[in-house]
Amino acid sequence: MSAPIQLQPGETFILNVGPQHPATHGVLRVKMEMDGEYIVKAETVLGYVHRMHEKMGENRTYAQYLPNLSRLDYLGALGYTHGHVLVIERAAGIEVPERAEYIRAITVELNRLASHLFWFGCYVMDLGGFSPLMYALEDREYILDMLEAVTGARLTYCYYRFGGLYNDVDDDFIEAAKRFIPRMRKSLKKYAALVTGNIIFQKRLEGMGPISAEMCRKYGATGAVARGSGINFDVRKNEPYSVYPEFDFDIPVYHEGDSMARYKVRMDEMEQSLRIIEQGLAKLPGGPIMAEKKPKNIKLPVGDFYQAVETARGSFGIRIVSDGDKNAYRLKLRSPTYSNMHLFDEACEGMMIMDALAFMGSLDLVIPEIDR
Amino acid sequence: MGGYFSDILNGSKSLLIGMGITFREFFKPVVTVQYPYQTIKMSARFRGHIELIADEEGKPKCVVCGMCERACPSGCISLGSISVETEVDGKVKKKKVLSKYDLDFTKCSLCGQCVENCNFGAIEFSKEYNLASRNKEDFHFNLLKRLEERNV
Repeated sequence: MSAPIQLQPGETFILNVGPQHPATHGVLRVKMEMDGEYIVKAETVLGYVHRMHEKMGENRTYAQYLPNLSRLDYLGALGYTHGHVLVIERAAGIEVPERAEYIRAITVELNRLASHLFWFGCYVMDLGGFSPLMYALEDREYILDMLEAVTGARLTYCYYRFGGLYNDVDDDFIEAAKRFIPRMRKSLKKYAALVTGNIIFQKRLEGMGPISAEMCRKYGATGAVARGSGINFDVRKNEPYSVYPEFDFDIPVYHEGDSMARYKVRMDEMEQSLRIIEQGLAKLPGGPIMAEKKPKNIKLPVGDFYQAVETARGSFGIRIVSDGDKNAYRLKLRSPTYSNMHLFDEACEGMMIMDALAFMGSLDLVIPEIDR
Repeated sequence: MGGYFSDILNGSKSLLIGMGITFREFFKPVVTVQYPYQTIKMSARFRGHIELIADEEGKPKCVVCGMCERACPSGCISLGSISVETEVDGKVKKKKVLSKYDLDFTKCSLCGQCVENCNFGAIEFSKEYNLASRNKEDFHFNLLKRLEERNV
């Protein structure tokens, strides 16, 4: 057996985290220059799950590109397809029936809940608590069952269509959603007592991984990361789209900027999503779910179109440059976690490695969405 | 110093609350399905791979228009047809008949464009989800053959 390598005082070494590492929740590689347990410099390396989604958008028709959008962020897929159908509908001038928009809002919020629940469970498991994951997954399963009954898929939905929806919701779905809301409220109270109130959890997260509002602006961070640092920005409120102006809901903002603030933002967001679903179900109008006047082969007019939506992870933007053909000339996806992740390099300098990985969890990264 | 002891007290209390919750969960009914032994019924709209629909005579409803083939984003459907001469009221008419409907399920993303674009209601989603194999070839479905097998 060879002798262990002795580092000279002040000497650093390079530690590779990933690309296959359970703490990164995907194929993200982080090159860390370490001084003992402390990080001197970190560099995130991407490109392990690049699938050329933007290029695919340029050589497929708009309708054929629909299934791609749900494969970016597989945990909150409906929000992304929502952005895509909204930009095409606005560009092509398709009127969407009100019922369809309400159902879209309800299903997007359900999906946001499912995404946050999964993040919550996994994050607590990253920190060493196993039971909350099981409880969160049980609640998430109810949402997935509901969504499966209407969309036909559990994860990579392809439900929205230009001008409406693939199929209508039935009474079973509405009943199940109504039953689910009080159940979820009870569960949120349970999580608050079990996890948020836990002294070990609090001591671990408070003050860990602080991000300033300036840093969020510098890197373009959105979503819970920005709202945990005191930036009150939510596309649903700031640039309202769909039927969101008709709902009464709040945007939770915390000013501490630490991991606990980001955690609290997401937990409060779940409560707000429940409020939106409740109002949506109460207001759900009747009528058709598909636009009457809709071209069979969609061709966009020449121009440049952009639509931002608030997904579970932050602001997702889709930009389509059209030259009048049936597929886009250029398609650009602005994914929220791509910006959120780039904080990591700067924010984790001087952190201990265990803190850095716990901090990474609080950013809620989904790697296939960064590397699209 | 007072903060130190109140931290210990509140901390212990929070741990006991947490333990109380996990203890109560322990006695709740089991929600897990023991999968290979128990299965749940798939919902009516569940999307499995596509399947041909037969008409009254057991022949596929498909008229080989090729809409599904063109609509598919991944190009996983390939059709084939033969020309069959039939006599209708003494006149000989040529008719296209489906001779091949191959689905490469390894490429399919279950988006439903094919079913939606079919103007003749000739394809539907199956409820098949028990698909696991070590061979790629097992996912190259010959839908025409599957239809014949179902008819028997």
